[in-house]
Amino acid sequence: MFSSFMTNAWLSGTIVAILAGVVGFFVVLRAASFAAHAIPNGAFAGAAGANLVGLNPLFGLISFAIVAALSIGATSRRSRSDVATALSLVLMLALGAAFLTLSTEYEPAINALLFGEILGVSSSQLLPVLLLAVLCVVAILALYRPLVFTSVAPDLAAAKGVNATFVEISFLLVLALATALTVPIVGALLTFSLMIGPPAAARLLSKHPARALTLSITLALATVWASIACSFEFNLPIGFFVGTFGAVLYLCARVSHARRAVRSVA
Amino acid sequence: MTTRASLDAPTDILNVKDMEVAIDGRVILRDVDFRIGASEFTGLIGSNGSGKTTLFQVILGLRPTVAGTVSFHGQPLARRNRSIGYVPQKVLFDPEMPLRARDLVALGVDGHRYGLRRRSRAVLADIEEMLTAVDADGFADRRVGELSGGEQQRVLIAHALISRPELLLLDEPLANLDPGSAQEIIGLLHRVATDNRVAVLLSAHEMNPLLPVMDRVVYVANGRVASGTTDEVVRPDVLSALYGHHVDVLRVHGRVLVVASSSDEDDRMVSEHPDVVVK
Repeated sequence: MFSSFMTNAWLSGTIVAILAGVVGFFVVLRAASFAAHAIPNGAFAGAAGANLVGLNPLFGLISFAIVAALSIGATSRRSRSDVATALSLVLMLALGAAFLTLSTEYEPAINALLFGEILGVSSSQLLPVLLLAVLCVVAILALYRPLVFTSVAPDLAAAKGVNATFVEISFLLVLALATALTVPIVGALLTFSLMIGPPAAARLLSKHPARALTLSITLALATVWASIACSFEFNLPIGFFVGTFGAVLYLCARVSHARRAVRSVA
Repeated sequence: MTTRASLDAPTDILNVKDMEVAIDGRVILRDVDFRIGASEFTGLIGSNGSGKTTLFQVILGLRPTVAGTVSFHGQPLARRNRSIGYVPQKVLFDPEMPLRARDLVALGVDGHRYGLRRRSRAVLADIEEMLTAVDADGFADRRVGELSGGEQQRVLIAHALISRPELLLLDEPLANLDPGSAQEIIGLLHRVATDNRVAVLLSAHEMNPLLPVMDRVVYVANGRVASGTTDEVVRPDVLSALYGHHVDVLRVHGRVLVVASSSDEDDRMVSEHPDVVVK
């Protein structure tokens, strides 16, 4: 499981876990989980399209994820975005399906994109993933306080003169980039669970914002490492384990939170 | 409409002159004239939907005016004026949000700043002091979303005051509180505002709880305002002119009752306005 052939899997899994732990924390805090579900579908369509025309899939992933993120941002400022997000979600999935059918390498490609193929990460892919991940984390740290402020109390942030539109668009761009990096590794359908499960559990376990963020990263790392190990051991797609562990983590945190609430009342 | 000439006294921090505001082409407020002096406690009194929140948005620089001027220390209003603190009417906090009361107060110091800079000892001490000033020590480490309405109100006041504003705007802070909590918040506000030398503009649909602390009143009705001291504004002639029909003002046991003559139109007004009593 720790042979050189697996090195890239562990490295890329670690990068993606940290990224999902950081970005996902704000997805949960901003209640933007619907966007976090829609953007991976955009990324999926982009990768499928790039595959079809023979471009680097990372290029397709990033460009389509950004288009998806910006269109969600543009519609959500005007109205409640549920319908717009849902429609772009299915449109993207449909596009991806069409692109994949048109290309020759149908089945392995669709499996890798939808459910993840961590063993397929090559050394040449690793460096750009690392650089873009660092860029995302640095951007989030730079935005940290206004991002927390606009997430928890948008009215107060506006009164303090925080430019909510700038913060929102910057965050969606980071979310798009993070999604584009995560999709090839855990898959379009399950990127969502890595971005939501560990952070949602973390915010129930700690009431301290910075500690909850740290815990979110820790839980995401634990989820990914355990998933890689299980995927290797049982020869099942990694996405299956990421989705399952994410849900189990959240359930445990929920139970612990509820028990603490009962104790504080008693 | 003003009952007292709007003098540009050197102590004035906010001056509103002949202001008109419209939302989507519909005029909400017109001919608005009033001033707020340093460290004064002003009540903004009017029924729901009379335009009080709109007026706050204008003062915060979040909504443009159609006509007139709004000046802060004699200068036109700028967006991002950190000398104005704001407590909105209703802030919905998710009870599961990882944010303690003290974290919300801290965001009042640096929530608008980009980058990560450690909070200095002086800032942390300031946060502690402000939490104590609003009697929030007992719940400073609890999640904001789990606090009661009155507790959240205190934390929001601390959040707004921590950046040392000269003017504090509070939008209906008493609306969702029981009478006891409302009295506590008013007493606390008066004390903290006096200690910190902050002027307060507080909106409410009922003026009686504010009578002991109010220096001036801005009374909103029919899209217009009357302003001055309580004695200057809460008078039959002034309020009759504002409402556009005859009203009487009764003073009973230290309470003020604004009494309108009975008609269908006034019955509607009474239900929206607890200060107005049908004869």
